Amino acid sequence: MKKLLILPAILFLFIAAAPSETGFKVGDKASDFNLKNVDGKMVSLAGLKNTKGAIVIFTCNHCPFSVAYEDRIIALHNKYAAQGYPVVAINPNDPVKSPDDSFDAMVVRAAEKKFPFPYIYDVDQKVASVYGAVRTPHVFVLTREDNAYNVAYIGAIDDNTYEPENVQTRYVEQALDEILAGKKVTTNFTKAIGCTIKWKS
Amino acid sequence: MKIKITICLLAFIACFDFQTNAQSVEIVKWDYIENLMNQKSDTLYVINFWATWCAPCVKELPYFDRLAAENKSAKLKVILISLDFKKQLESRIKPFVKDKNIQSQVVVLDEPNYNSWIDKVNPEWSGAIPATLIVGGNTATPLFFEKEFIFTELNEIVKPLIK
Repeated sequence: MKKLLILPAILFLFIAAAPSETGFKVGDKASDFNLKNVDGKMVSLAGLKNTKGAIVIFTCNHCPFSVAYEDRIIALHNKYAAQGYPVVAINPNDPVKSPDDSFDAMVVRAAEKKFPFPYIYDVDQKVASVYGAVRTPHVFVLTREDNAYNVAYIGAIDDNTYEPENVQTRYVEQALDEILAGKKVTTNFTKAIGCTIKWKS
Repeated sequence: MKIKITICLLAFIACFDFQTNAQSVEIVKWDYIENLMNQKSDTLYVINFWATWCAPCVKELPYFDRLAAENKSAKLKVILISLDFKKQLESRIKPFVKDKNIQSQVVVLDEPNYNSWIDKVNPEWSGAIPATLIVGGNTATPLFFEKEFIFTELNEIVKPLIK
């Protein structure tokens, strides 16, 4: 009986740990993707015009943390897209486990919030897995060098999900401001806080 | 007559118990957890981090209540630390605790800057919930689990740690 109990526990730990251990670290080269946007068109990093990088954010519809950050994600895009760093939002959740995160529900939410950025669907969860995303929201700030992308920041958007007025440090903005000023990113990693990504079973 | 009084009294106590339970949810700061982690008593503290919006957390909550109920006379205390937004205390957390008839102590942690404290609970913690911290009793150092428990597994871990 003991063995039977331990085995699922070990499997669980392995599954839970696998994405983050195989994912990108700060300084790594990030891979491109080609995923369907809410408008039906495919979106890739290479397809984004006039960029110096991208703010890739794994997020979703249902998670209260993601919802709490929607307006701040829109603000990030509005502030930094013109400076070469647009937001690319990716929903990695399995709609079987999280029906509110289906592609159709994404289309509805993107229209409701008038997302000014692509909101694309990681249908087989490969992009989230390769990137090592574990949460929604989970941010990867990428800088571009010709056609290569480097990971400059991984983590949370800021340090206060539910009280935007009490935020002390805006991690993503701080990283982008440093990148734009040609400086080294001082805080290049934080633990992303939010819901676990709902992996297919 | 005697039976009637007893029933009345029991009903009163049950009602009273229920109400105090439902209303005793307090908002705490980091020092509450720090004090629990540093306490030197014989009592084993099983501290579970959860939230009303976290489905696997909600699923395992009854196991923690059962653990406490089955070890009522032992030196064991279960504390359920909610990471819900504190503004939802009256609208969501208290009604949830009442509806689910949660018996263990529930507190709401008001520390929105997670990166300032999750490493202090355990550096390996990704910040995901459910997560469980076990301190005191027969533990040499705090034990930390970032996972969802089933009752038998939780019980097997906790039992030998009770003094």
